Amino acid sequence: MRKRVAFFLAALVSALVVVLGMGASAAQADGESIFGFLFQTKKAERVAYPGVQITVKGPKGFSDKATSDKTGKWSVDVPGPGTYTVSIDTKALPKGVNLTDESKKSLKVPVLVDQDKPVLFPLGKSTRVVESKWSQAAQLIAEGFRFGLIMALAAVGLSLIFGTTGLTNFAHGELVTLGALLTWWISTGNLPFLPDFGGLQFFPAAAIALVLCGLFGWANDAWLWAPLRRRGTGLIAAMIVSIGLGIFLRYFYLYLFTGNTRQYPDYQGAKGIDIGPISLASVDYWSMAVAIVVLLGTILALQKTRIGKATRAVSDNPALAAASGIDVDTVIRVVWISGAMLAGLAGVLLGLAQGINFQMGFQILLLIFAAVTLGGLGTAYGALVGSIVVGMFISVSTLWIPVELKNVGALGILIVILLVRPQGILGRAQRVG
Amino acid sequence: MDWSRIIINALEASIGLQTVVFALAAIGLNVHFGYTGLLNFGQSGFLAVAAYGLAVTVATFDLPMWLGILIGLAGAVVLALLLGIPTLRLRADYLAIVTIAAAEIIRLTVRSVTFESTFGGSDGRQAFAGGFYDLNPYPVHEYNIGNFGFNERQMWILTVGWILVALSCLVVYLLMRSPWGRVLKAIREDEDAVRSLGKNVYAYKMQSLIIGGVLGCLGGFVYALGQASIQPDIFGTDTTFFAYTILILGGAARVGGPVVGAMIFWVILSLSDNILNEAIDAGYISKSVISTTQVGQFRFMIVGLLLMLLMIFRPQGIFGDRREIALDAR
Repeated sequence: MRKRVAFFLAALVSALVVVLGMGASAAQADGESIFGFLFQTKKAERVAYPGVQITVKGPKGFSDKATSDKTGKWSVDVPGPGTYTVSIDTKALPKGVNLTDESKKSLKVPVLVDQDKPVLFPLGKSTRVVESKWSQAAQLIAEGFRFGLIMALAAVGLSLIFGTTGLTNFAHGELVTLGALLTWWISTGNLPFLPDFGGLQFFPAAAIALVLCGLFGWANDAWLWAPLRRRGTGLIAAMIVSIGLGIFLRYFYLYLFTGNTRQYPDYQGAKGIDIGPISLASVDYWSMAVAIVVLLGTILALQKTRIGKATRAVSDNPALAAASGIDVDTVIRVVWISGAMLAGLAGVLLGLAQGINFQMGFQILLLIFAAVTLGGLGTAYGALVGSIVVGMFISVSTLWIPVELKNVGALGILIVILLVRPQGILGRAQRVG
Repeated sequence: MDWSRIIINALEASIGLQTVVFALAAIGLNVHFGYTGLLNFGQSGFLAVAAYGLAVTVATFDLPMWLGILIGLAGAVVLALLLGIPTLRLRADYLAIVTIAAAEIIRLTVRSVTFESTFGGSDGRQAFAGGFYDLNPYPVHEYNIGNFGFNERQMWILTVGWILVALSCLVVYLLMRSPWGRVLKAIREDEDAVRSLGKNVYAYKMQSLIIGGVLGCLGGFVYALGQASIQPDIFGTDTTFFAYTILILGGAARVGGPVVGAMIFWVILSLSDNILNEAIDAGYISKSVISTTQVGQFRFMIVGLLLMLLMIFRPQGIFGDRREIALDAR
């Protein structure tokens, strides 16, 4: 009986927990252990790092240490299944060698019954040998700028959709995820429900994915939102519909993609390029360039083209726009298509930056809301400025606050902004009542 | 396919712990959304504050349970004030975004390694429910009718839980019949009209936010005591949206709506889980299509679809009145 109640609990939190377990390797008999190898592949040769201390801490005060041997192997027997914290002492590593991601010094790993759990600390050229606060800040500003640009792509679409239809689209994060997932599926050739076709290069794959994203945006509007508008569904009802759609899509992605975080096959372990105190991978530089070009293009299109001007007119006052001969429905359709493509591009770039998983878009959705609110709901330029401010704030704040709490800071400023200047940086006061 | 087991599981789900917890959360939301028209997307934050208030007081600081419950209740009131002060003067969608952000701030903070010694990180807190089960009047026994039934611990938490649900419904019923409740409904219909009649709309909304938050937070206590352990990720945004689905399913702005909604909701989820599992075990569904680990994902898809379809085709839910739903506000 208790088992059944436990089953309900398990299912409630299931998605994550179940999925973490699924990544685990086949079980072996006789107790549990955690093990790993410390090495780096240099010119196709494995260089092992012996003598590095690993500490494993677990439930009920369990704590044990292990030191890596000649082959770089370390292993700790643990008393039972549970969640353990594995941390590495990076001081014993040779100079210039460090974790590729220094925030992953300590990892939380679930261990199942009778499992020998592998734990990998990716080692590489230390990306941050610099330790003065200023060069650290420069690096963080650069990273924050990159993240801000990615958010801006998604935020502009969200803001345009809000501006033209009044819908606060809680399923926008799923559009972001879709871009990343489609690119991964097409570039590996593992499209769900279809036979493996071998995969494409990254760029054509991303291009096809973006077209499909645009198609999905079209379908969203044509099959869901346009009929709802025609029925006169209220804005709050529509917002709740978008929440339902978001939940459905997110778990549908989980079903198709599983809970693993994956990388694009062409871009695993890219090297860093230094410019002054800033060290980013080449893919980071060109993904920033792509984002800037696309954002500038969007702004130009909004300013100069007919449809762009019509979009701004509809955002301003749909009734007046309709009265002056603008086809509001076409404008909204175009906004949905381009908004979904922009979000998809954000997903592709975000996937390059941090890997792809089924809820990557949902995880940044609230940050995008923070950015859009900061810039002023409904204004495309405000969303752009707000995103970059929020992106940099999140990144730079890690100078003072722990990395895991950086999003707390960003959500905190969202609330403070609403206290002080609810219309946002570029918004107009009259819209807030 | 073992239909008797599927049906018994569904029957147990209809009055089980989750039903009680989500009924309480949805009753609180009903005061916010159903009666006042406040779009609170941070209900899981109220549950988290209550559950952690209790668990941390007892497990971390070793203080008595009653004090923990008082701290949890006080926490819910403080959270309502913190949320309400900046946002209640703003448009409905701002409140939605701020409340969802606040709930995420709470979850991220309690699960962080930085505060692990207080809140227990992602493992949460255990061993705080002893005081509650010491009061258990049911002798150790399995209370079964056939295969349907509960053990003495479940009987105790469910008894307390359903008493709380009944009391909460009574409170809501009495409040909404009072002049105070009529002002709330008037605010939902037309805020400016109420303001022009000289009522302090801001104060009424704040009172509604506090009362709904406190009612909802009871669900946090029941969950914490029923499971005798809490983890931060239980209080994610999905919990809030489950509560919304339940509220809309049963019918917003109806006293019994959240309770009936919770029962139906958990029966549907129990049926979907169990039928899928049995069908996979029996080989009716190939394991390559759905594995047993993926069954849990289907319940979320069902919830998402249910929320969408309800909102589109029957926003008043089962018992609600379409004219009474605050969905066309601005």
